[in-house]
Amino acid sequence: MYDIKAIYEAKSVEHAVQLRMEHPEAVIIAGGSDVLIKIREGRLAGCELISIYGLDEMRGIRKEEDGTIRIGSLTSFSHIHADPLIQKHISVLGDAVNMVGGPQIRAIGTIGGNTCNGVTSADSASTLFAYDAVLEITGPEGVRLCPISEFYLGPGKVDLREGELETAVLIRKESYSGYKGCYLKYGMRNAMEIATTGCSVNVKLSQDKKVLKDLRIAYGVAGPVPRRAKVTEDAVRGSEVSPETRARIGELVLEDVNPRDSWRAAKDFRLHLCSTMAMRAFTQAVRKAGGEIDD
Amino acid sequence: MTEDLRQYKQVTCTINGKERTAMVDVRASLTDMLRNEYRLTSVKKGCEVGECGACTVLIDGEAFDSCIYLAIWADGKNIITLEGLEGPNGELSDIQQAFIDETAIQCGFCTPGFILTAKEVLDSGKLYTDDELRKLLSGHLCRCTGYENIFRAVKKTMYKRLGKKYKE
Repeated sequence: MYDIKAIYEAKSVEHAVQLRMEHPEAVIIAGGSDVLIKIREGRLAGCELISIYGLDEMRGIRKEEDGTIRIGSLTSFSHIHADPLIQKHISVLGDAVNMVGGPQIRAIGTIGGNTCNGVTSADSASTLFAYDAVLEITGPEGVRLCPISEFYLGPGKVDLREGELETAVLIRKESYSGYKGCYLKYGMRNAMEIATTGCSVNVKLSQDKKVLKDLRIAYGVAGPVPRRAKVTEDAVRGSEVSPETRARIGELVLEDVNPRDSWRAAKDFRLHLCSTMAMRAFTQAVRKAGGEIDD
Repeated sequence: MTEDLRQYKQVTCTINGKERTAMVDVRASLTDMLRNEYRLTSVKKGCEVGECGACTVLIDGEAFDSCIYLAIWADGKNIITLEGLEGPNGELSDIQQAFIDETAIQCGFCTPGFILTAKEVLDSGKLYTDDELRKLLSGHLCRCTGYENIFRAVKKTMYKRLGKKYKE
């Protein structure tokens, strides 16, 4: 039995917005793999919940007319991993969410919950940053779109205002078309583990696969919220695909990140991870994109 | 009292092939409901925070930790617990028999969960590599640490079902 004061079940997205307005103190529960555990631990004990788990309209993945991939916020990690559209266009996101927890957690955990929790270690977050994902947020005034880079306000804090909930994650065609990526997660175990650091890199190569037309590097647990390595990206965009460029990435990313000491890992170890993981993920991304690069 | 504030809710779902209805406390987990309302005590209470997998059940064919699944969400769902694997005359299923044959059971606490995840894996009809199989079973903890035997039981059954010869 959970220590819950009251639970309000939303029957539609509009009803969820109405419930959010009526019960501003209540916590939204999607899959519950974070919220229920916080209740069990006592941190959220006695709370009121708004359950949106039953809203099947917020599940599923589809391609819109302009090529945007739309992932309903309640789509589970296991469904994202298995989805043919994701495998075809953004396979790195499928790989990343397949590293969350264990199989049963991936069956209940949702991509919306993963982003709205506002934690820096979320396995999906760095890849969504790396693909310039846009979040569809529905509220009393209708729908607004929020780039994921503006969504995180601080640890555990996201830009969800009065009455709002996240209803979909959008990835635009120009963000994924022609890009190949790789997500690496460093943890002490291979399953049921929170990332010590996570790094997602994607690249777009020139026709002859020799020049780096674009690259995007994003991190989880390299700062209080997930972040992009913009300094590095700007500096190496247009460089040739070579071990030298990779070594430069490894050095430059240290200017982009700001990890902290925690019981999980020391700051200097995380800095080492940020550098090494960027280089390794870059190598793999280049190879997936058809480029050649030595180890 | 408004509908939202009622402490009990009627939940109708299919459990092991039979449609069942109960009035359930809205604060209950699916583990609570299956154990207390239906006496399905194969659904174990282990960690109760979704880490150990002892409470695993199949919901619409997918393995979930029932301890972190609210009972009210089960309305309209098709749920299978270990009891649902029993044949009409009490026969064991192939995967249960394999657990016995491979001595994949020590204290037995993790066994129902492992077997249900194994059922989902085996029912997919796919042939998995050893690494894939380990990942698929990774949501269960066996504190007797009998993982090798469990792994072998699942792998042997997978080979048997697919008509392939098993190599050690």
